Amino acid sequence: MIKAILIFNNHGKPRLSKFYEHYSEDTEQQIIRETFHLVSKRDENVCNFLEGGMLIGGSDYRLIYRHYATLYFVFCVDSSESELGILDLIQVFVETLDKCFENVCELDLIFHVDKVHNILAEMVMGGMVLETNMNEIITQVDSQNKMEKSEAGIAGAPARAVSAVKNMNLPEMPRNINIGDISIKVPNLPSFK
Amino acid sequence: MALKIVKGSIDRMFDKNLQDLVRGIRNHKEDEAKYISTCIDEIKQELKQDNIAVKANAVCKLTYLQMLGYDVSWAAFNIVEVMSSSKFTYKRIGYLAASQCFHESTDVIMLTTNQIRKDLSSPNQYDTGVALTGLSCFVTPDLARDLANDIMTLMSHTKPYIRKKAVLIMYKVFLKYPESLRPAFPRLKEKLEDPDPGVQSAAVNVICELARRNPKNYLSLAPLFFKLMTSSTNNWVLIKIIKLFGALTPLEPRLGKKLIEPLTNLIHSTSAMSLLYECVNTVIAVLISLSSGMPNHSASIQLCVQKLRILIEDSDQNLKYLGLLAMSKILKTHPKSVQSHKDLILQCLDDKDESIRLRALDLLYGMVSKKNLMEIVKKLMLHVDKAEGTTYRDELLTKIIDICSQSNYQYITNFEWYISILVELTRLEGTRHGHLIASQMLDVAIRVKAIRVFAVAQMATLLDNAHLMTGNVQRKGICEVLYAAAWICGEFSEHLENPMQTLEAMLRPKVATLPGHIQAVYVQNAAKLFATLLKNQEGNTDRTAAQETSQLMIDRLPLFVQSANLEVQERASCILQLVKYIQKLQQKDVEVAEEVIALFAGELNPVAPKAQKKVPVPEGLDLDAWINEPPSESESEDEQPKAIFAKEEPKHSRARHTEVDEKELAKRREARKQEQANNPFYIKASPSSQKVYQEAPGVEHIPVVQIDLSVPLKVPGLPMSDQYVKLEEERRQKERVEKKKKEKKKRKEKRGGRGKKHDSGPESEEDITPAHMVDIVTEEMPENALPSDDDDKDPNDPHKALDIDLDKPLADSEKLPVRSHRAAEALKSPAEDGDAESPASQEPKKKSSKEKREKKKDKDGDRKKSKDDKKKKKKHKREEKGEDLFGGQADEPVVQSEEISEVAAPPASNAAEVSDLDFWLSNAPVPSNAQEAATLAAEAAPVPEKASGTAPDSEPDEPEETDKKSSKHKKKKQKREKEEKEKKKKKKHHHHHHHSDGGGEESVQNGTVEEEEPLPPMSNYCLLAENSYIKMEIDIQGNLQDGSQVVVSVIFENKCDNFLKTMEFNVLDSLNSKLQRPEGSGPHDGLSVPFQLPPGVSNEARFVFTMQSIVMPQKLKGTLTFIIKNEDSSTHEKLDFKLHFTCSSYLITTPCYSDAFAKLLESGDLKCSSVRLEGVNMPFHHLLARICFHHHFSVVERIDSCASMYSRSIQGHHVCLLVKTSGQTVSIDAKCDEPTLLGNVLDEIKQTFSQC
Repeated sequence: MIKAILIFNNHGKPRLSKFYEHYSEDTEQQIIRETFHLVSKRDENVCNFLEGGMLIGGSDYRLIYRHYATLYFVFCVDSSESELGILDLIQVFVETLDKCFENVCELDLIFHVDKVHNILAEMVMGGMVLETNMNEIITQVDSQNKMEKSEAGIAGAPARAVSAVKNMNLPEMPRNINIGDISIKVPNLPSFK
Repeated sequence: MALKIVKGSIDRMFDKNLQDLVRGIRNHKEDEAKYISTCIDEIKQELKQDNIAVKANAVCKLTYLQMLGYDVSWAAFNIVEVMSSSKFTYKRIGYLAASQCFHESTDVIMLTTNQIRKDLSSPNQYDTGVALTGLSCFVTPDLARDLANDIMTLMSHTKPYIRKKAVLIMYKVFLKYPESLRPAFPRLKEKLEDPDPGVQSAAVNVICELARRNPKNYLSLAPLFFKLMTSSTNNWVLIKIIKLFGALTPLEPRLGKKLIEPLTNLIHSTSAMSLLYECVNTVIAVLISLSSGMPNHSASIQLCVQKLRILIEDSDQNLKYLGLLAMSKILKTHPKSVQSHKDLILQCLDDKDESIRLRALDLLYGMVSKKNLMEIVKKLMLHVDKAEGTTYRDELLTKIIDICSQSNYQYITNFEWYISILVELTRLEGTRHGHLIASQMLDVAIRVKAIRVFAVAQMATLLDNAHLMTGNVQRKGICEVLYAAAWICGEFSEHLENPMQTLEAMLRPKVATLPGHIQAVYVQNAAKLFATLLKNQEGNTDRTAAQETSQLMIDRLPLFVQSANLEVQERASCILQLVKYIQKLQQKDVEVAEEVIALFAGELNPVAPKAQKKVPVPEGLDLDAWINEPPSESESEDEQPKAIFAKEEPKHSRARHTEVDEKELAKRREARKQEQANNPFYIKASPSSQKVYQEAPGVEHIPVVQIDLSVPLKVPGLPMSDQYVKLEEERRQKERVEKKKKEKKKRKEKRGGRGKKHDSGPESEEDITPAHMVDIVTEEMPENALPSDDDDKDPNDPHKALDIDLDKPLADSEKLPVRSHRAAEALKSPAEDGDAESPASQEPKKKSSKEKREKKKDKDGDRKKSKDDKKKKKKHKREEKGEDLFGGQADEPVVQSEEISEVAAPPASNAAEVSDLDFWLSNAPVPSNAQEAATLAAEAAPVPEKASGTAPDSEPDEPEETDKKSSKHKKKKQKREKEEKEKKKKKKHHHHHHHSDGGGEESVQNGTVEEEEPLPPMSNYCLLAENSYIKMEIDIQGNLQDGSQVVVSVIFENKCDNFLKTMEFNVLDSLNSKLQRPEGSGPHDGLSVPFQLPPGVSNEARFVFTMQSIVMPQKLKGTLTFIIKNEDSSTHEKLDFKLHFTCSSYLITTPCYSDAFAKLLESGDLKCSSVRLEGVNMPFHHLLARICFHHHFSVVERIDSCASMYSRSIQGHHVCLLVKTSGQTVSIDAKCDEPTLLGNVLDEIKQTFSQC
């Protein structure tokens, strides 16, 4: 079982948090902070597993994470999950994000956290892995987005136009700020060839 | 209307959406909280509007704020509103918000039941999907109960997308509503064989999760999972299954035996590290579960260790970490095989990655032996010096102590060395573990009598240098050591060389800066020292010295009397008065030493840590009852004990026992018993407890040898412990020499005896004798101690509720609540109840009756239950036949006739039902002769319908015939059922193709290499012959148990629309190869195929051939005759075929290890040959997999584009290959002790690759 999925940046700012067990908002923030603290002090060339923190889990739980440019993707899992398998799942997740956002960068996650949630929902459900095939995930996400568009219809058009204008006028138009892209190149994984 | 919508949307387009919110927050970095609070106000306004779009937008923003840590539960109702929108866009927003912030105590959740039910049955699959996803996060027991039935229906939805989600969510439902598990389980089990891989994977996922918590309930699924394991190509599924097997094997060792082979094959063949790792893990679990009794047990361990070594040596830190992790599991049961990799693990201590270092440390813990302890600890001490970061250093420190102290200091041969290690550890900067070192010092000094002299000397030095420890604030933790030092010096002061100096050290003014509890020990032990000093000085009739000592005490003690610490103050003032009194006496020339020493007479015995817990509560004693009237509330508050005393109050109570021997102990016990018997207030224990106490170990007496202290203790430049390492080595060397001398003498005496094997050879564990006799005093246990170990399981574990027997047939009461008013449900009459049984809810029953047959230990013979069961079966049968009977009304006579008919038909007998699992498990791990013969016999026996009386004695080489008989019947029965099922369901035959026989036994060999994902599916079954009626596919496997036999498995597939029966399989024997026929039949008789084939069905039969020579491929001509039966006529037909026995089919996949392989090549018995393949256009690992698969080789070692492979023929010929590839050219160098065989095998390999 996966207990939680967290994405935060190099400064510990949460970009997505999904807990498959209930915690109060305060505890959630504490967990994120603690996890960030644990993960961020690790070097680049060390292994991607660590024993869980105090708040989340206990001895049966481990943190499995990957670090892409500015973002940390952390999965907290128990011993029924394969460590290497989860590492691969993170990779699939990021690659899927990359496909869905076309060259994903941190800003995509900042501004479209709802979409990220929707993508994640096609991969992991209630803490269990639902789908690992990227094409299948993308197909489902796309057709749901299509449905959304068709529902918006005429009524959606003005809103879209306004939001486009808003984006144009604002100086911090997402794409122009170079926070750094999530590099998709990963040290090659020996698993799941 | 449209205008209105557009107007509405124009209104709202200037509302803030999520992106605006995020942007706003980013622009207000300095006053973020303030900005967000204004945003929340806006959101509150938006939520008040009627427009659902506005609300959805607001909820979307709330979800974001929730992530930032804001409590949004106040908007729960609005979230429900948005969830119930008809538009998917808003619904999704609503469900997302709900999944993020709803939980069991959210009260609006109960409003959602109907909405969710509506969404679940929505025609739009994404509405359903989104509802399922949301529900998976916030399902409550109520929701689970109300929706379980709806979700179960969704498990058979037409869309795999919904099916897999429904299957997954069932786990959450089970957790919240355990009653649903039994009714839903049969369908869940069905989903294991769902055509969609995603659904299958989900089902595996759920069952694995369930089984992990309560494995014993899922043992009966093992055959099914075994089949999946050998057939699945999805690594995710495989990993889950393999992990599950890891959980199951401890419960059923036979399962482990069965698993070893396919797992080993997977380990050899897979390229996915994740899969390899899990296989190794499970093999380890299997090996742990098998105590012994596996012949190639050690080979499997070697394989695991070898593979793990590869992982650990890998540059990828993740693999290294996992390798070490798995290694530590092997360590527990097979320390020897890990110990040989000590070098590697010590290397890992130098790794830059802390997690890896910690893992390596864990491993070291189990690897120490008497021989290498000193060496390992020396290495660790080096690391302690080098280590940066206190956490890691502390970890090292605890590990060193753990390693040394494990199992009662088992591995320590020289305690002087250990004490000096402990002393060295006190020099560590800033460790938190001072108390740990201290307790070790105390423990060793108390329990190892021989070491006391040495320990006391060391402790005195420590006390002398106490300023080193107290000076620095950072070193606060370490001053705990002084606690131990002071106590040891005081308690064993008779061993002190210079007690005066130590006493002075203990009374230095600086001591006042130490923590209170340490000062207290200082004061107390100063008094002890004082007593010893007095005794010494009076013994020497050195009066003045004695008086000086008293004066010293009187001068220094007032410092402690002023202490703020109550304990210190109290002790100090007591002792001060005492000393003053002594001084008075001394001035009168009275000898006081004897009296003073009597104050501290006696010795402490160590008490086992659990001793108190193990004292049984005597009968009739209620520990919770008040002894006095309970005090009033206010009183108790006043009397609450305050934390005046530091936590580390002396653990060693002052209660003293004098050193007594066994006799005296017994005497005392007797006396105590007498006393107890006479004491009316003593509550007597039950008489049985007396026995226990007699067995309780007393203090044993081992002669204590004086340590020769001529050894210089301090050597400048070298840390002390190193000295001891050297000394120890010298000592061992000496001992060895002496031993050899002795042995030589012995041998001389014996002359030609068997003494030879004692010669040289590495020193074994037992050879090392401790440096001096060590008296490790056993810890005392109370009389009446209970031997029990605490079984602490968390009673709150939700999985406990899921510990449900799944094999019991479903009772009528066990049904998922169907959508209806709950009140009405209770009123429902039994008849209605029967009516309400939808086909869906009948399904599980049908299944469960089948399960019952598979169940392992259901021998209870409960008539009623079995009748029920039979009723159900009966009912089920009628349904199958489509008879128009009232299913539920089966009355007594019918049941009886059913019983009679069942007695008449032996395959259905109760005994046969007992244990399909047992049968499945009883197969030998390798598809052995016995097993195959058994299946063969089962299949070759006359057609089951007529089988009632005839014993299947037709197979001559069947080894355990009587034992197998019942299982054969079972097998047949099961097969018949399977066939029926196939008939009924009209399933496509290919689905059952290779596994139509239910058992996984035939797939043990051929299913293993297929797992490599990108490989095209390979099958060993190749077409033998076909015409318009029938198709035959064969697979030929060697039989390892009998060097002259090969087993030919033939799949017969009926291609026409008519029944095929009376099939007869015949082969024209050659001189070399013969078909094995039942005894009594002629050499040209055909073998009848033990089944009939309905249209479209395929089934497999096996035939055994005997071979004389296996060096050449063979071809045999044969014919299959059969009768085609349609409504009115039947025609004879025949099909000719040529059986081709390739040389590869005589080879058997045999794992080989690189060292054995190298030896084999060196032996020089093998003939060489080689072959080149051009234009091979496939990845190297595919190539290897093909050779493994088609020609039954296993990979010994693979280095880049070069691999060595090995196989063995059924007659024991070794075949070794060296495969190299460059570009499209593959060269194979081969060696074999039979050149002809080798040539033919190589030709066949060549042919395999020319075909693709």
